[in-house]
Amino acid sequence: MVRQRSAYLVASFLALFLLVFLVIPVGKVIYVAFQDSSTGALTLVNFVDFFKTSLFQESFVNSLYVASMAVLMASLVSMPLAYFTTRFNFGGSILIQTLGIVPLIMPPFVGAVAMQLLFGSNGSINLLLDQWFGINIPFMEGLNGVILVESIHYFPFILINLSASLNNIDRSMEEAAQNLGSSGLRLFRRIVLPLALPGYLAGASLVFLKAFDDLGTPLLLNVNNMLAPQAYLRISSIGISDPMGYVISVILVIFSLFSLWASMLASRGKDYSGGGKGASGLLKRDMRGWEKAGAYALILFILVLVLSPHIALLLLSFGTIWSYSVLPDGFTTAHYLEVFSTAREYITNTLLYAGLAASFDVAFSVAIAYVVSRTTVIGRKWLDYTATGALAIPGVVLGIGYLRTFNDFNVPFIGKPLAGWWVIIVIALAVRRLPYALRACTAALHQVSRSLEEAAENLGAARVKIVRRIVVPLMAGGIVAGFVTSFATAAVELSATLMLVTSESDAPLSYGIYVFMQSAAGRGPGAALGLIAVVVVAVGSYLAHHFIERNKRLQVTAPGQ
Amino acid sequence: MVSSTQQKRSVTFFGLAMVAGLVMCLAVPAQALEKQLTVVTSYPKDLTVAFKKAFEKKHPDVKVEMLKKKTTAGVKYIQETASNNSSDLFWASAPDAFEVLKGDGLLQKYQVKATGIPEKIGSYPINDPDGYYKGFAGSGYGIMWNTRYLKAKHLPPPKEWEDLTRAVYFNHVGMSAPSRSGTTHLTVETILQGEGWEKGWQLMKEIGGNLNTVTERSFGVPDGVNSGQFGIGIVIDFFGFSSKASGFPVDFVYPTVTTLVPANIAIVKNAPHPEAAAAFIEFLLSEEGQELLLDPKIMRLPVRPEVYAKAPKGFPNPFTNSSIGSKVKFDVVKSKNRYNLVNSMFDVMITYRLDDLKKATRAVQEAEKALAGKDNKEAAALIAEARALIAAVPIAEAQSMDKNFAAIFKKKRKKATDKVTGRQAEVEQQWDKMIKANYGKAIELANKAKSML
Repeated sequence: MVRQRSAYLVASFLALFLLVFLVIPVGKVIYVAFQDSSTGALTLVNFVDFFKTSLFQESFVNSLYVASMAVLMASLVSMPLAYFTTRFNFGGSILIQTLGIVPLIMPPFVGAVAMQLLFGSNGSINLLLDQWFGINIPFMEGLNGVILVESIHYFPFILINLSASLNNIDRSMEEAAQNLGSSGLRLFRRIVLPLALPGYLAGASLVFLKAFDDLGTPLLLNVNNMLAPQAYLRISSIGISDPMGYVISVILVIFSLFSLWASMLASRGKDYSGGGKGASGLLKRDMRGWEKAGAYALILFILVLVLSPHIALLLLSFGTIWSYSVLPDGFTTAHYLEVFSTAREYITNTLLYAGLAASFDVAFSVAIAYVVSRTTVIGRKWLDYTATGALAIPGVVLGIGYLRTFNDFNVPFIGKPLAGWWVIIVIALAVRRLPYALRACTAALHQVSRSLEEAAENLGAARVKIVRRIVVPLMAGGIVAGFVTSFATAAVELSATLMLVTSESDAPLSYGIYVFMQSAAGRGPGAALGLIAVVVVAVGSYLAHHFIERNKRLQVTAPGQ
Repeated sequence: MVSSTQQKRSVTFFGLAMVAGLVMCLAVPAQALEKQLTVVTSYPKDLTVAFKKAFEKKHPDVKVEMLKKKTTAGVKYIQETASNNSSDLFWASAPDAFEVLKGDGLLQKYQVKATGIPEKIGSYPINDPDGYYKGFAGSGYGIMWNTRYLKAKHLPPPKEWEDLTRAVYFNHVGMSAPSRSGTTHLTVETILQGEGWEKGWQLMKEIGGNLNTVTERSFGVPDGVNSGQFGIGIVIDFFGFSSKASGFPVDFVYPTVTTLVPANIAIVKNAPHPEAAAAFIEFLLSEEGQELLLDPKIMRLPVRPEVYAKAPKGFPNPFTNSSIGSKVKFDVVKSKNRYNLVNSMFDVMITYRLDDLKKATRAVQEAEKALAGKDNKEAAALIAEARALIAAVPIAEAQSMDKNFAAIFKKKRKKATDKVTGRQAEVEQQWDKMIKANYGKAIELANKAKSML
């Protein structure tokens, strides 16, 4: 095991960061939940009120329902994609893996407008259905709308993490099973799937948590009877300082951590690590003709479904007027011309902020994952819980907390308050997206066998060298997954950014889109900027993926590839 | 005793000093504006860019930074950065945001130098009587609709608030909530003051029953009408005008019961660039600045009456057309005292129980349709009872004006002796129970009536 002192040092540093940039700012805002609003005394009466209020009870149940259904639908969508690309010699594998990230990059506001234009009750599809068959399918109504949008939006969490762990399975396990006579579906069900469980659970727990805490989707679909929008609306009204908004935030955090703990219980005591020197993934085989056709058809259908918002975005960005019709009235390039002059600064800011935030997240996550599973530091599980708790905190709460905590603190040499310096936006993004990278890295670390590290230690390698030369390369798949999800989602974050932006030259793409989407004439340019954001982030993610994979391949040589 | 020589010397000295002083005063150039100006604003790009360009043209040394934030986010931002303030101006629509900042002591008094601005627009005072914030443009509220949508669904265009309660518009109307949109709050408060507490809430609930959705922000309504997501929206006038000017197939009308409310600007306390801030306000109120409001993408009502001469044909003029916004004598104090209470009531009765309200309304509408032309006193009585159940409000107007009761919905008590009994969540839960039961009973009665016909 690790020498105690260095482990405690690292753990303390991690804890300090989380304390200063997460716990304290958030605490400063939500302490109101524990106060009696008329006397200011500490009390739990607000929580009692929460459980007695039927609106909140219903909201709680609705949020649970939506989160569970979202996981189910997201699994249905991602399993075939993951299975086909990792099990078979499949022509479009890389394309699918890249396209699999794109749904995560849903620019705020425009994404929702685009989806309404396509799937809404008076959107393109329903207008056609009404014309041809006289029916109307309520895709976007109520809770079903939320489930649909969230599954399409968040399924990449499962796809990316599941693919990473499928790719990490030790081939020798599969060969051993085949030697003993197992094959096909039985092999998949009894050997492959259980070994890929860490990745699946990482993705599924992320989808569950994100859907449970998701604010943006219900808000934009105007669904009020779920927990997260209830919290947000109560916190962000002018004048009303209703403690219930903060009570709900606390409940969200507690429940999210509870679900995380429950999912950890499910995988406790099981060893997923491969004993081989560098797991090289499953044996890939070729598909027969009709199998290929079927697979392609299924995948095409899924891709069209999950990329439909972006297709709608494309139409919106080139369209003149799109109002109560299947397609826009006409097409023009005017919107793109309008944004090109202003877009460049937004793009460079976004790449800088998201890139820094994601790099930071990955470094941090590897550290936390390592401390939690490879050391005996007391209380190390709380590092994981605290970092993951960030998922449940609405961006606006974090933003206000940062303003409250850091506005009086002037940064030396820069002469500005920390809350007014662009770096605070990077920190906010890093903190908000840390849970994604953390789950991916934790899952990846589970698949690395301790015996490999012990062997290296026996041969005299120092701890740092072991981490650098053995552990990190073996975790590369998870690191890529973590980086890509953090990067893609940090690039479109809006709620905390909106609170913290202090000058237009510091603003990222999401802010630019928000500004355009406040007026009728701004819809086209907003969509154009949104599409530029999608392309930039997708290209950035692909390059990061390629870069990390290339480094991994240079270090690990595997036979038979 | 001072000698005459000394006296002469001191007089000469004093005289020379005075002359020198005068010369110095004349020689010092007019006070230069600071190099930067930071404006926290909720206005859209079309408006801010136009004013930024024009102001920077007039004062080339000043660089204007427009910080876009949603009104609520802007208020929070100014509150949180107060101790180390970097904002000069707060520029937003709804007066309630300004009242909040004024109450927190975060605004600076300013005496406008420009002349020729009237006292009122419609029946609403243009400037804050205490001198903290100034109105620079007026806006009214009304109804906007999508012409393609109405044509496809064979619906007639609406004219008055009452029209929106008609059964034919069921599920076709969109609006925001008073708690999320200062402008929607003013619309609701205007209806409550214009029609009276009981009748006003009845009207709101009947419109509520026809709602397709309650949007999260005020722009969600015109956005929805523009896309054709729903056909009719309750909006502020410039959303309607600017959408039409942008080419969307929409139209707008002012109902007779409406109020004109000024959009405002104020200097933030401890502004780092006060001179530039003052110059910006003066520019906004000058003829040149006011003319910018006539741009079709902006379409706000100027507060300078003479500017309307340059307005395009059909542009509403509240100074000559007395029907716009003057029917209701808007009581600002009343509105302020029950602000949070009205927000809460609307949310509890309409926003959070929209599905139940819609079901109840639909049941009543169908029962009334079945009753049409027939003479069945029992059914008619049941339907009337159902309608009364839907319209019932949990508190009377008198209680809404009770300061102690309204204080439950405020965060801070002003004095330690203010008594606050009850918590907001408790009160809302009581209301919710009553409302849900009422809506449920209304559905029962309406269905019973229908089965008799």
